[in-house]
Amino acid sequence: MQMKTIKEKHSLAMRWCHWVNFPILTIMIWSGMLIYWANDTYTFGVFGHTLFRFFPKWFNDAFNIPGRLAEGMAFHFLFMWFFTINGVVYIMYTFFSGEWRELVPKRNSFKEAWQVLLHDLHIRKMAPPQNKYNAAQRIAYTAIIIMGIGSVITGLAIYKPVQFNTLTWLCGGYHAARIEHFVLTIGYVFFFIIHVVQVVLAGWRNFQSAITGFEVVTDKPKPIIKPAADEK
Amino acid sequence: MKNNKRLKKAKKPLTIEQKINRRTFISFGTFAVLSGAAYGGWNWLKNSPKEVRTVTAGAKAPLRRALNKTELFFRNFFSNNNLVKTYPKERAARVVRYNSGIGLQTHPDIETWQLQVKKQSGEVMNITLDELKALPKTEIIFDFKCVEGWDQISHWGGVRFSDFIHHFKLDDQTKLDYVGLVTPDKKYYVGLDMPSAMHPQTLLAYEMNDKPLIPKHGEPLRLIIPVKYGIKNLKCIGSMNFSNRRPPDYWAEKGYDYYSGL
Repeated sequence: MQMKTIKEKHSLAMRWCHWVNFPILTIMIWSGMLIYWANDTYTFGVFGHTLFRFFPKWFNDAFNIPGRLAEGMAFHFLFMWFFTINGVVYIMYTFFSGEWRELVPKRNSFKEAWQVLLHDLHIRKMAPPQNKYNAAQRIAYTAIIIMGIGSVITGLAIYKPVQFNTLTWLCGGYHAARIEHFVLTIGYVFFFIIHVVQVVLAGWRNFQSAITGFEVVTDKPKPIIKPAADEK
Repeated sequence: MKNNKRLKKAKKPLTIEQKINRRTFISFGTFAVLSGAAYGGWNWLKNSPKEVRTVTAGAKAPLRRALNKTELFFRNFFSNNNLVKTYPKERAARVVRYNSGIGLQTHPDIETWQLQVKKQSGEVMNITLDELKALPKTEIIFDFKCVEGWDQISHWGGVRFSDFIHHFKLDDQTKLDYVGLVTPDKKYYVGLDMPSAMHPQTLLAYEMNDKPLIPKHGEPLRLIIPVKYGIKNLKCIGSMNFSNRRPPDYWAEKGYDYYSGL
C-alpha cells in the first residue's frame, strides 16, 4: 500500500513575493525599454563602426517601443515602489524566518554547483545531496536577490545622481550606473529563461508547489534509491 | 451506521486525500483570483484616461498622481549640501551637444535684449546683460544630463541664481514656491521649485567654454540648473516670474514629470 503525505515546501510569504514580483519586474523591464529607446547608447562597435545595436529597429517596432519616453518614465517611477517594497518584504521575511539558511550558498556550494550543472547536462550521473535547494539553486536564488538590490541602488544612482551622489560614486559614476542597471536587466532575462526551462524540466508537481506550497510525497513500502532532484 | 457517518461527516478529520484536494483548490483558486485582479488592475491603469489638462498634461491620470507623490517623497532628500560632481576644465566637451531648438526660432536682438523680471506685485524690472556680467562670475564644469539618457560634461559661466536674487533684492520673491522662465518668443517655458532654483550650482549662464553663448545654446542668457534634467535648462531667457503656483512647463505638458529633479 502506498501512503501519501503532504510535504511542506514553500512558505506563503515566499510564494506571495515570488508571484507579485513576476508582473512587477515584467513591467519594470518593459517600461525600462521605453526609456532606454530614447538613447540606445550601448552599442558594440569597433573603431566607430557599430557592429551591433542592442535592440534592432524591428524589435523596437514589434514591441511598440519608440516615442514613449515620458510614458515609460511614469510607469517606471510608479512600479519601482512596488518592486522595492516587495523585495524588502521578501528579504525581511527570509531573514527573520531563518529561511535564509536554505538559500544562502554554503562553503562547498560553489564546488557542488558545478556537479549539479554537470548532472543537469546529463554528463554526471549523481547529483550531490541537498536539502530544499541544491547548490546551484542556492547560488542562483541568492544572486537574484543581490541583483535586485543592485537594481535599486543603480536605479537610485541614475534617478537622483545629485541627491544620492554617494550611491552614484559607489556605482562608479553616472554612466557606469546606467550600464550596470542595464546589464542587471539582461541578467534577469537570462535568469528567467534558465528558470523557466528548469521548472519545465522539473515537472508539474514541482511547479504546483510554487503555488500550493506543498508537494505530495508517496511513501512506498520498499526502499528505493531516491532520484536526484533537479527541480528549480 | 452508514447514515450516522454521513451526519457526522463535517466533524470527521479530513483524510490526507481531502486535505490535498482542499489545499490545492484553495491555492489555485486564490492564485487565479489574484491573477485576474492583477490583470484587471493593469487593464484599468493601461486604459485610464489622460489627466485633465492643467499645468501638466499628457500623462495618464493615475500615473501623474504617482509622479507628484513621488516628487514629494524625493524632495525630502534635497539639500543645498548635495552638489553635482564637478570636473576639471580639460574634461569639458569642445563641441557641446545641441539637442533642441524649441523657443529659439526667433532670435532676440542682442543689443537691446533685457531680462524681464516680473515680481508678484506686478512690478517689472528690466535687467541688461552688462548689469548681470558686473556681478561675480561663477563657473561650473559638470555632467549635463538629458532625460533621454545621454550626458555630457560641459563648461558654463555666469551669475549664480542666488547671487542674482540677492543683488537685485528679490529675496522676498524667493519666499514663493516657484520660479517661471520663458523664452522671448514664449514658445518654451519652464517652472522650477524655489529650492532647486536657489541651489548654489544654479546659474544664469552667459558663457560656454569661456566664450559668450552662441545662438544654438541660448544666447545671450540661459539657465544652467544641474539639479534638473536638461529639459529644465531653458535656453535664451526672456522673462522670469515668481509664483506660489506651478508656472507652465513645456515638457510637463507633454507627459513628463514636473519636478524632473536629479
